[in-house]
Amino acid sequence: MTNPERDTLARLARFGSTLAVALVFAGLAFAMLSLPAEPTGLAAAVRAELPGTGAANPVTAVLLNFRGYDTLLEIAVLLLALLAIWTMRRGQLRPQRDPGDVLESLASIQAPVMLVVAGYLLWAGGSAPGGAFQAGGILAAAGVMLVLAGSGWPQRLSGWPLRVALVLGLSAFICVGVAVVLGGQEFLAYPASGAATIILVLEICATVSIAVILLDMFLSVLRGRASRTDTTASIDQP
Amino acid sequence: MDVAFLFDLLLAALIVWLGWRALTSESLFRAIVLFVAFGLAMGLAWVRLDAIDVALAEVAVSAGLTGALLLAAFGGVQRSGDDDDEP
Repeated sequence: MTNPERDTLARLARFGSTLAVALVFAGLAFAMLSLPAEPTGLAAAVRAELPGTGAANPVTAVLLNFRGYDTLLEIAVLLLALLAIWTMRRGQLRPQRDPGDVLESLASIQAPVMLVVAGYLLWAGGSAPGGAFQAGGILAAAGVMLVLAGSGWPQRLSGWPLRVALVLGLSAFICVGVAVVLGGQEFLAYPASGAATIILVLEICATVSIAVILLDMFLSVLRGRASRTDTTASIDQP
Repeated sequence: MDVAFLFDLLLAALIVWLGWRALTSESLFRAIVLFVAFGLAMGLAWVRLDAIDVALAEVAVSAGLTGALLLAAFGGVQRSGDDDDEP
């Protein structure tokens, strides 16, 4: 293809994408402007049903009780994303270059604090902002920091313990859902009496899975890089 | 005009500006750093909207872990020749 042709094509493509973005923006703006002035959400309905959900925080009640199915699927999507990354993973993790004293000592101070914060967020999720995704994210971030600081500790989780941790959240959700169905209820419709315990167990399992999935995504991406030529720069070097 | 409104206005402008810079940046590395900054500003915006749960998830997952993932992938795609993206 000659250069002028390619230029015309590129200009057409740019024009088309600009037009598409402008149309989507106009649609969104119209939707926003035509919203009713009074909030019409389900906040009142959620608040009215809150006592029977086993969670004092309305967000947690929605995520794990009313819309537990959505959370189940979210964890499934994370797991699928990790599987997709695994299919592209090659090679072994190279030993990281010397991280330096600052990162090493910072990680050794920060990692325990992050563990405590994650535990707090998990526990607070029942009554205040927090929950499985936040706690799992912070746990995974602590793992990433330890990996970058040259600690081999996060990589020790491998083989079948790793796989069990990866599917723990999803399988806990499915088990609870099926158990409730066997008890004569709808899928994931917990009995009000045991709801608080069920939600806590689900949150703990989901936190473990989310943390391990996110951390393993990072490790897998690092591994994919390690299979390339050894001249590539290392990201932990400032 | 009260201070909170002015702050919100500045925050909204900052988010749009960071998003624009991240998308148009020539350097991949700079785009990733801008994306992380964008995530942090978004977290602040969620706090201003009283959505603390979303803010926590945004900062931990979007700014923190996605940033780390992008940096790891950046290290992977970078060839030995074009080192001008290096910090």
